[in-house]
Amino acid sequence: MNEQSVLKTGLTLALIATICTALVAATFQATKGRIAANDKALLEQSLQPALAGVFFDGSVSESRLVLPTPHDLPGNEAAIIYRVYAEDEPVAALFVVSARDGFSGAIRILVGIDYNGTVTGVRILQHRETPGLGDKIDASRSDWVFQFDGHSLTDPTVSGWAIKSDGGEFDQLTGASVTPRAVIKAIRETLLYFDARRDEIFAAAASGEQE
Amino acid sequence: MTSDGFIERLQTGLWRENPGLVQLLGLCPLLAVTTTLVNGLGLGIATLLVLTLSNALVSATRRWIQQEIRIPIYVLIIASLVTCIELIFKAWFPTLDRSLGIFIPLIVTNCAIIARAEVFASRNTIGASIADGIGMGAGFAALLMAIGAFRELVGQASILSRLDMITGGEPFEGFSFADSGLLLAILPPGAFFSLALAVALKNHIDHKRRISRGGAMSRSLQRTRK
Repeated sequence: MNEQSVLKTGLTLALIATICTALVAATFQATKGRIAANDKALLEQSLQPALAGVFFDGSVSESRLVLPTPHDLPGNEAAIIYRVYAEDEPVAALFVVSARDGFSGAIRILVGIDYNGTVTGVRILQHRETPGLGDKIDASRSDWVFQFDGHSLTDPTVSGWAIKSDGGEFDQLTGASVTPRAVIKAIRETLLYFDARRDEIFAAAASGEQE
Repeated sequence: MTSDGFIERLQTGLWRENPGLVQLLGLCPLLAVTTTLVNGLGLGIATLLVLTLSNALVSATRRWIQQEIRIPIYVLIIASLVTCIELIFKAWFPTLDRSLGIFIPLIVTNCAIIARAEVFASRNTIGASIADGIGMGAGFAALLMAIGAFRELVGQASILSRLDMITGGEPFEGFSFADSGLLLAILPPGAFFSLALAVALKNHIDHKRRISRGGAMSRSLQRTRK
């Protein structure tokens, strides 16, 4: 291959690469808005179950607050708080926290707490617990996770936030006590955090769009 | 290109040289996503679009692409098209995109596409290449749908579940015939069994046809001998 043909080959490649990049860039521009809207709708939809019985308006995901580590919520990854309002009055908060002491890796938990400190819903977002045993914390596997709805730090007491075999008020799972213990501990710590810092949480400015 | 030639290309892709049944190309997505008819249809449409467009572009540029750099250029064209299709799916069919997951971007690695670029589109006119893309794409999509429908029917005893992923609207759980099916069909081994059955069925039909054609030929030979 002589020098001229190398140059020609390189130019062809560069030209095609430019055209292809332009094509992808144009498609990206054309679809950007719709994709962002879809992602937002999906996020809102996934937060919904933890807000049972809460009336609110506007979009939950816009009031997002990201707490980088170290923070006082459970878990050693960044925690996320979504503030929920109705007519500009705070009505509830959603916490995305992690339980560190599960059976296998961190358990990512979504905890909904209304303004008075009552749990409005708990969902497990991500876990690697044993299938058939610990994975019953998942709402699609059993209704274990629904037993917290309507409870708060005063109903039962702080020490009541434990599984029955540890002297608490909540059911464990057959064949798995490590997993429920970890989840309940994370919910209890989240409730304590909310109780101590409620006004601070609602006063903070939202942290931008992305983590 | 004549309409006869177009039909010929369609027949080649759909049956005679079907990418999945005969060339056994693109088996990774084929085996992985065909748990339901709708999943198969979704990936089938995406592959058909990429294959047709990449054939058209490769054919259109074939005269001024040097032999030495043709493969990187095919890869570039295919990758860009797949990225565009992925963005379009994310924007207009978000639930389908989530259901197909990684297999939309992985269309890039479907060897059926680069094979058509190299074997057909780089040597034929744009019209013929588009016809080839449609034929091969339709052949692949038809196989994905057939295997998807079969696995869904046997494994879940239902059909067309989650059709809403394509048409939009309320979640649709499909037409159900029984409470549960033979779970094996949905699990990965079920994909291999289904594909094996499909290949066997095609070979059986071809074999039957050959015998009947052979029979007719020998009869006509006997007639001439008389």
